[in-house]
Amino acid sequence: MTNGDRIPPDPEFVQLLDPDGERVEHPDYSVEFTPDEYRGLYRDLVIIRKLDAEATALQRQGELGIWASLLGQEAAQVGAGRALRPQDMAFPTYREHGILHCRGIDPIMPLGLFRGVDQGAWDSQKHKVHMYTIVIGAQTLHATGYAMGITMDGKVGTEDGEAVIAFFGDGATAQGDVNESFVWASVFNAPVVFFCQNNQYAISEPLERQTRVPLFKRASGFGFPGIRVDGNDVLATYAVTKQALDNARLGQGPTMVEAYTYRMGAHTTSDDPTRYRAGSEVEAWRDKDPIKRMRIFLTKAGIADDDFFTQVDDDAAKQAVELRERVLALPDPGPLSIFDNVYPGGSPLLDEQRAQQERYLASFEGGH
Amino acid sequence: MAELITYREAVAEGIAREMRRDPDVVCLGEDIGAAGGVFKTTVGLFDEFGAGRVWDTPISEQAIVGAAMGAAMTGMRPVAEIMFSDFLACCWDYLANEIPKVRYMTGGQVTVPLVVRTANGGGLGFGAQHSQSVENWALTVPGLKIVAPSTPADVVGLMASAIRSDDPVVFFEHKGLFASKGAPAPPDHVIPLGKAAVRRSGADVTVVALAATVPLALTAAEELARDGIDVEVIDLRCLIPLDMSTVLESVAKTSRLVVVEENPYQGGWGGTVVSVVAEEGFESLDAPIKRVAAANVPLPFADALEEKVIPTVDKLVAAVRTTVAY
Repeated sequence: MTNGDRIPPDPEFVQLLDPDGERVEHPDYSVEFTPDEYRGLYRDLVIIRKLDAEATALQRQGELGIWASLLGQEAAQVGAGRALRPQDMAFPTYREHGILHCRGIDPIMPLGLFRGVDQGAWDSQKHKVHMYTIVIGAQTLHATGYAMGITMDGKVGTEDGEAVIAFFGDGATAQGDVNESFVWASVFNAPVVFFCQNNQYAISEPLERQTRVPLFKRASGFGFPGIRVDGNDVLATYAVTKQALDNARLGQGPTMVEAYTYRMGAHTTSDDPTRYRAGSEVEAWRDKDPIKRMRIFLTKAGIADDDFFTQVDDDAAKQAVELRERVLALPDPGPLSIFDNVYPGGSPLLDEQRAQQERYLASFEGGH
Repeated sequence: MAELITYREAVAEGIAREMRRDPDVVCLGEDIGAAGGVFKTTVGLFDEFGAGRVWDTPISEQAIVGAAMGAAMTGMRPVAEIMFSDFLACCWDYLANEIPKVRYMTGGQVTVPLVVRTANGGGLGFGAQHSQSVENWALTVPGLKIVAPSTPADVVGLMASAIRSDDPVVFFEHKGLFASKGAPAPPDHVIPLGKAAVRRSGADVTVVALAATVPLALTAAEELARDGIDVEVIDLRCLIPLDMSTVLESVAKTSRLVVVEENPYQGGWGGTVVSVVAEEGFESLDAPIKRVAAANVPLPFADALEEKVIPTVDKLVAAVRTTVAY
């Protein structure tokens, strides 16, 4: 086996804001944001990058077990996250910290998970975000089943209907269950958006080891539309995702969105990408940075000035410091918590083990 | 004294030896090539044997194991890696329904001489879906062989037998042992499957262990020796074939048995071991058998909690003391 040539960016690539911060017109997609909304998107991008960097630093200092950085993928996540309406349900991977931010989930929640003090259990019904799914691709089927469920509940088919979004990466497209979810969503006309962040790598393995056709083109073989968007362009990602979600909520079935982006950092803090990719490639993508282009655009359009950017940076820095302090203050879980939530009402064997553990802990001087 | 090598180096060494010996041996899995494996257990293989024999694959456990079966049917000896043993569940049809039944259902005409290697076990704080000891899953499937080495030399010697086996083998490498060191394997080191090792000879109580619970048992034995309790530690090495004669001989000598296993108590392999002793060695016993196993709960992410769930030296020491005091 040999590696193929890198797949070049496809011309079918929806872009509304180019890497130089120029607004680009597209025949099918546009956005109409107020200045406040534009500034809000910028703020989202900066804050999630800063909090992500703080989490990486905490891991490096031994305060988190592991961290999967979203660095480089901020626009894809903010674009998709802000396109969701309150009633929509999201099924994330373990890297969707930006989606959590957009859904109002306290950033302490994923950090608690990766610090190992709890299972990161935010209220998935309140925030309409399922738990982080670690086993690759499994959530696409969960999303499909959820989408079939809300259809049966009569919550689909109107302008205020519900829609579902499943996040996954380029690597996951090789999994059987992802392809099976495409089949099911298609034949059951499920209101689900398959949002693939193509960040070019499945840990060490480049895109050409995942696919020989552009990923969004896979959708047509399953019988639903696929579209590729510049995943480093928050405006285009928002517009494309919103359209796909609206189609789903109206009962028009699934769409695959391929957000073409780049994982600027390691797969996780356990990974060292210098073993398998060239620094020059990373540098080339740095020029396509999602935050830089928004800043240029906002400045040129007179929507924001340096005072605003400084204020956002300061706010982000302040939130990062607060987050760090809160992470360090998280209490360790109690030893008997290992028996919680295994079964809803306990079980005879488990109850016995709990009692045994209690006796064991009590056998030490001063108890536990 | 010869230079020590790590368990993780022994994995690559064991595979490399067989790849040098037999051109039909190939490797496949995620990130095993240029990246050298996420646990660095395939370092050097890609450089030595090239992309023709070390295949970086897309992320699909089903495809890795299913394709290994197909390749094995052509006479190759694939060594497939499933990164975390928890993900054996993603390819369970192949491991439970297809691979172990090929020989049987073809009337012995077709064999699938493949190895599925996988990083197993906890102790590193990887959470509920990356820390499980799942050797007991495979134990439920007749037709599979199960290897779980505890030392670097055993990794090499058992890898040789696993790859040379004409039957499918699930090879559990323990994540908690990757950094551990031991004597390197001598040249042409081959350990037959199904032969347990007596790691420490003792007169008072038999402790049966596997993989990471072997060093744990040896540590416990040292602690108990200070109180005059003489522990015999048996390293099973394999669950299928299961060397019960070594266990029964030991119990005949010590009259006491404690099993220490990292999989959950419910359905754990210790249940199989003790049931054989109950059936065939009951009259040797002077005390009830004890099992030290993981609690019947998912593994917590928190280091401090994980210790509560899986076996520890303290838990084993307490169990042995109870047995001896009976």
